[in-house]
Amino acid sequence: MAKVVVIDYGIGNLLSVTRAFSAVGADVELSNAHNAIRDADRLVLPGVGAFGDGMRGLQQRGLVEPIRDFATRSRPFLGICLGMQLMLDESEEFGHHEGLGLVAGKVAKVPATGIDGQPVKIPHIGWNALHTAGRNNWDAPILKDVPEGSACYFVHSYMAVPSEPQSLLACCDYAGLQITATLGQGMLYGCQFHPEKSGKVGLKILENFTRL
Amino acid sequence: MFNLRLIARMDIKGPHLIKGVHLEGLRKIGDPQEYAQKYYRAGADELLYMDVVASLYGRNNLTDIVRRTAENVFIPLTVGGGIRCIEDVDLLLRSGADKVAVNTAAHARPELLSEIANRFGSQCLVLSIEAKRDDKGSWEAYTDNGREHTGRDAVAWAKQGAKLGIGEILVTSVDQEGTRKGFDIELVRQITQAVAIPVIASGGMGSMEHLYKVVEQGGADAVAMADILHYGRLALPNIRAASRQHGLPVREVT
Repeated sequence: MAKVVVIDYGIGNLLSVTRAFSAVGADVELSNAHNAIRDADRLVLPGVGAFGDGMRGLQQRGLVEPIRDFATRSRPFLGICLGMQLMLDESEEFGHHEGLGLVAGKVAKVPATGIDGQPVKIPHIGWNALHTAGRNNWDAPILKDVPEGSACYFVHSYMAVPSEPQSLLACCDYAGLQITATLGQGMLYGCQFHPEKSGKVGLKILENFTRL
Repeated sequence: MFNLRLIARMDIKGPHLIKGVHLEGLRKIGDPQEYAQKYYRAGADELLYMDVVASLYGRNNLTDIVRRTAENVFIPLTVGGGIRCIEDVDLLLRSGADKVAVNTAAHARPELLSEIANRFGSQCLVLSIEAKRDDKGSWEAYTDNGREHTGRDAVAWAKQGAKLGIGEILVTSVDQEGTRKGFDIELVRQITQAVAIPVIASGGMGSMEHLYKVVEQGGADAVAMADILHYGRLALPNIRAASRQHGLPVREVT
């Protein structure tokens, strides 16, 4: 049984994430213990809310270094929603904040106008289809058996902008804007959408994660 | 246009799923878990639980129902009714809710909306507006299932809520609710034009025509359905297929 440690840092709907991992047969544990995080087989960073609060939650519990240590060990890591955004170098949400710096790039506000110049509703809330980001990045194991065009549930006002195009695995289209949906770099993955709230497709992605 | 969200709304009293007319005259429908599971399997985009007697008792009784639902329902859950403070929100989110819908307590103290948005993020905060037409051609916001006046204009209240950091608005027409005579299109239209955040239309759906109208003329981003689903007059897969055929984008359910 795949063991998954979900980081408990006082933020987010942790219950749903743990329930979804249980549903795909994982042995899931919530933890904020430094050793449990550093030595996890698979690590998940969930989260909703503001970037600054998220980083503060990690810092207050001394979790930044254990997570960075984990990330050097080539084991599977999954950031979900804010958890994915925290993987990047920095964010401009309510001021400037440093992130975990696991994947090169930054977090920016979803533009308030679409490419057609029409106003865009923020937050981006709802089910949006995933599509390939150009290259052959869809072949990443996290997206195995997930058909292109599958819809997942998004709810966010900020988006990840990775610096390296190869780390962008999937996008979604919002009023013509290309929004990062899935990030991947080695064993480090991130989803802007909530796989734990995206029905069968989301569960498939979580199952893929437990098989990495 | 972005994918329209099809939301199954479940009003709860005690342990029962109930349904009323104009939010009153409640009838028992069944076990909420059973219906939640059914709607999840049928491809609902979200579930909305409203504790309809919570404000009366000053607390939300849905934590157990939410906790059990989150065991096997993997779509977003919004929970409303009797949410008074940060601690109530925290408890519901920890029980498996993704968003909370606030009405009564925000009228008493609008800053509560900012406090929730700052602490948990706008994405988890829905302002629930129960609106009734008045004789001046506008709408007044009500609380306690359309029983208590607030003296606030519903459209102005929606605007104020948006400024205070809410992420969505659930607008329930008390006049139309449970009547199967269609949504209050003009109410929804005025609110969607007043704010730049998503709006969920609720109350009155009796046919597909009603849904088309509230989206096309009202500008609704999501539609909450109760009666029509509970009594099986239309099923979600058919609603989804008909919407797509009509030209409204909806997600592909796999």
